[in-house]
Amino acid sequence: MIRLVLVLLLLTLPARAEEVVLGLSQDEVAITANFDGSQILVFGAVKREEPIPDGPPLEVVVAVSGPSEPVTVRRKARRFGIWVNTDSVLVDSAPIFYAVATSKAFGDVLTDVEDLRHRISIERAIRSVGAAMQTSSVQDFTDAVVRIRENAGLYKIVENSVAIDEQTLFRTAIDMPANVTEGDYSMRIFLTRSGEVVSFYETNIDVRKVGLERWLFNLSRENPMMYGLMSLAIAIAAGWGASAAFRILRQR
Amino acid sequence: MQIYLPIAEVSVNAFLLLGLGGMVGILSGMFGVGGGFLMTPLLFFIGIPPAVAVATEANQIVASSFSGVLAHVRRKTVDFRMGTVLLIGGLFGAALGVVVFNYLKSLGQVDLLVKLCYVVFLGVIGAMMFVESLRAIRKARSGGGVPTRKKHNWIHKLPFKMRFRTSGLYISVIPPVVVGVCVGILAAIMGVGGGFIMVPAMIYLLGMPTKVVVGTSLFQIIFVTAFTTMLHATTNYTVDVALAVLLLVGGVIGAQVGTTIGTKLKAEQLRILLAIMVLAVCFKLAFDLLLMPSELYSIGDSGGH
Repeated sequence: MIRLVLVLLLLTLPARAEEVVLGLSQDEVAITANFDGSQILVFGAVKREEPIPDGPPLEVVVAVSGPSEPVTVRRKARRFGIWVNTDSVLVDSAPIFYAVATSKAFGDVLTDVEDLRHRISIERAIRSVGAAMQTSSVQDFTDAVVRIRENAGLYKIVENSVAIDEQTLFRTAIDMPANVTEGDYSMRIFLTRSGEVVSFYETNIDVRKVGLERWLFNLSRENPMMYGLMSLAIAIAAGWGASAAFRILRQR
Repeated sequence: MQIYLPIAEVSVNAFLLLGLGGMVGILSGMFGVGGGFLMTPLLFFIGIPPAVAVATEANQIVASSFSGVLAHVRRKTVDFRMGTVLLIGGLFGAALGVVVFNYLKSLGQVDLLVKLCYVVFLGVIGAMMFVESLRAIRKARSGGGVPTRKKHNWIHKLPFKMRFRTSGLYISVIPPVVVGVCVGILAAIMGVGGGFIMVPAMIYLLGMPTKVVVGTSLFQIIFVTAFTTMLHATTNYTVDVALAVLLLVGGVIGAQVGTTIGTKLKAEQLRILLAIMVLAVCFKLAFDLLLMPSELYSIGDSGGH
């Protein structure tokens, strides 16, 4: 009896017929002093025990998300003839970076239900649950976050950018602009057939300031007094140095 | 060559920053002003967050003022006593300014405050300078008599008098302290040295001789901006030393070049040029406030930064 239940249980579990085997060109992004954006190459294969199933071909969605944090969005309105910030809404959680790459048009690779479940599209990745109380037009504020960050190159959906060979090998490249901030980024890869997610894989990318950038940033946070004094010392040394150097130049 | 600024967390072109520093440096050398009132808005325009721009600019002004004051110390054109009195007021003002700045930052109105301050002060000072220098040019043309300054006004009736030998003055300490406080507040809120306010105030309000005015104001500015830098660094963590270094390398070189150019132009012409420039910056900022912005929404402090 127990054995039968176990067998039934095993049967009801979704059979992972197809699985992702992934390679990344880098699982760390180092923000150095001359950091000018970065490109992460994603290449993977689909591991399967059985022949390729019939029906619609396999599609791939790659979503890279930066750490989420609450943001205050402010709206300007005209007061006394000038434009000032008047309303504000706290959007509970918005990633600081969000990029999606798909193998076909977004609507063709993923159904709305699956998008809702896995929060893949940009609109679904942002949450503003508690904000509903403050203003009736919260949606405008959430849209504004998306618009502003899309213009800054921080949010993007790139369709038809994942190349798939023989329903088995896939590759794509995710561009990160120069204005990203550090944190733990997550990369999710979805395999879909006719809009349904058949397999799912998640990994992390570490985006970190390194070297001098790291040192200066840490010093400014952990020992601000020291950092301030250092800034002043540099300023005074530079001012004195320039004055002395030009005096010597003039005398010649 | 792009460079990632560790505190501002944006990537900018290093040569653009060196160029901006140099350009503003030339102007500051030509006109004998700190240049903060031009640099801070320019930093806004290239996408540096306003809080970082203001704090970092204070740090850069320390460098340019220090470079400038050395020449004045050698020429003995610094009234240390007057400078110290102005400084005492300045430190109080700076502390007050940073408190106001942080309070408005929490309300999301700091950009507005900074810009309004710029519009008001640049407008008033620019207009006054413009009228003054026009009158001076006209007077020089008509060959009129030497302008006489009123020697006794209400300022001489105030208590707590003190003798300032270098300036040849015997006046109450209240007006210099008040001037110092005002300049300190401006330094903290606007990221400027405040020379463009202090110099006219010293000449017209305190009646100081013109030759000691610039040196004395530079002396005061060094300490007030250094204090402001420390306050911003410890309360807001917004001083970006990488940005400051790039700006001041360009700035100190530009300032020396500017001084050479400045000696070749006439004082009145120089002043009218400066007035026009001040008014231009003022109008640009005023238009930005008056015209409907293309993006009504903005993302404020994200908490983590």
